[in-house]
Amino acid sequence: MNKRKLTESIFKFLMIASTAVVIASLLGTMAIITVRGISALSVDMLTKTHTASFLLGRGGGGILNAIVGSVYLAIGATGLATLISIPVALYLQKDYSRGGLFARLTRLSLDVLWGTPSIVYGAFAFSIMVYIGMRTSLMAGILVLTLLELPILIRAIDEVLKMVPKELKEASYAVGSTRFETSFKVTARWALPGVITGILLAFGRAIGDAASILFTAGYSNYLPSSLADPVASLPLAVYFLYNSPFSNVQDAAYAAAFVLLLMVLCLSVSSRILAKRFSIGGGR
Amino acid sequence: MWRRIKEKVSSRLMFLATLFCALLIVVIAIGLFLKSIPILGERPLWDLLGSSDWNPERGRYGLFGPIMGTLWVTGIAMAISVPLSLLTATYLSEYAHKRIKDIVRPLIDLLACIPSVVFGLWAFLVLVPFIRDYVAPIFGVSTSGFTVLTAGIILAVMVFPIVISVSGEVLQSVPLAARETSLALGATKWETTRHVVLRSASPGIVAAVVLGFSRAFGETMAVLMVVGNKEIVPTSVFDPASPLPSLIAKEYGELMSIPLSGSALLFAALVLLVIVLAFNLGARLVLRRLKRGWSVE
Repeated sequence: MNKRKLTESIFKFLMIASTAVVIASLLGTMAIITVRGISALSVDMLTKTHTASFLLGRGGGGILNAIVGSVYLAIGATGLATLISIPVALYLQKDYSRGGLFARLTRLSLDVLWGTPSIVYGAFAFSIMVYIGMRTSLMAGILVLTLLELPILIRAIDEVLKMVPKELKEASYAVGSTRFETSFKVTARWALPGVITGILLAFGRAIGDAASILFTAGYSNYLPSSLADPVASLPLAVYFLYNSPFSNVQDAAYAAAFVLLLMVLCLSVSSRILAKRFSIGGGR
Repeated sequence: MWRRIKEKVSSRLMFLATLFCALLIVVIAIGLFLKSIPILGERPLWDLLGSSDWNPERGRYGLFGPIMGTLWVTGIAMAISVPLSLLTATYLSEYAHKRIKDIVRPLIDLLACIPSVVFGLWAFLVLVPFIRDYVAPIFGVSTSGFTVLTAGIILAVMVFPIVISVSGEVLQSVPLAARETSLALGATKWETTRHVVLRSASPGIVAAVVLGFSRAFGETMAVLMVVGNKEIVPTSVFDPASPLPSLIAKEYGELMSIPLSGSALLFAALVLLVIVLAFNLGARLVLRRLKRGWSVE
């Protein structure tokens, strides 16, 4: 009897300890990046681009090009991915794919695609760019991030659409609506809050990804003036600057990491709030 | 009439978009395969996968070192991450008070969305000096701190949220009645958890672990920043390595100008993709079969 009680408390202790380790790893990461990042932040850091003197460690520049580049990349990619994902997710519902085999295979394929490492996207996209003679540019970065977002977004929207009550759709069909009208005007509208949550999550994934844009968006010390220009981005700024021999260039890497962390946390928290607010029966 | 046309055209377009998304993975695989044909025609497959001599300037493309590097790093990550994640998931699902759950769950979701370069920077700032100055001396080894152990630890942290959230969902789906039956028979809470909850959730837990594994397997940036990037076969946890994703990221920009080297790197990407695909697919098929077994019972 005692032995059983002992096992019980040993495992309970182990579980609490593991949870503490997991939480500590999160808080530790956030704390260190925040402390280093805030001490590296300044007005110049946020309002100036990488200048020549800045890269040589003499100060006087910042990471504005990376901030702007990241925002452009993520907005472009999320916009494109949303345009593709909503119709695809609607098509996966029973209204369109009655047999279900095509929908099942597509879902499987998307789940597998979700697990594909982002460096594979990057290498694949770059080899295509070489083939068609496209250079590293904002456009190429947006396209590869769109591909990266597609499986996340489609499956997220798909899960929300699955929860749309059957009666709602039937009511719409009963008054003579076509599948197109039912899907886009009734189903999609009902699922809108969930869709927005998915979009925010996909945006967060796109803005933080570095491996896929390493060869496609390139890097630039200037602000982009067109879709054909290469752009800098926050994750790549961290990657290119952290190992610099100059301490104020390293500071810029900490600042970039902090700004990135802040953006991603805001996205995550706001998507959570949205999801809670609009969840069924949750205060509507 | 106009509505009919709209319906027809839209459903055709939606079908095409869906088909495109469904075939994307196939297109990527075929594209990488086509691009690796030059190197496959030039060198025997065994030479590429089995030789540890990576020296593109001399035309040597042995990927054995990077493959072993990937396995070391991923192995260390899983060894740390799986027990911690499963204990955490079990705690959250079976033991924790609702108030604790409401605090911890969102934090784990936050962990999931932190970009990999941020983890890399953290590892560079904290783990690298820690391993160089404190851990390695205990074992009498001198190292730069850029080791497979460093990369393994940071990967373990990155794998936590996936394994915890996926296995947590599975644990939640075990019916309450099963737990109550066991408790009513006099089993302790842990006995119930172990013999009833964890056992019936085991297929889902396998899936969670495999998902975590493939995330670790393909993770690039955090590893690239702390693994030391030497194309050798690591023999201890304090050796540097150059796992496949890091190798591609590090070399691609320079090597693309030489067609054969570019092809060798795309072959490395293909190897990476095939392994991750096989694991993902395998897990899903196993899961499906186990589920079918369940419902028959």
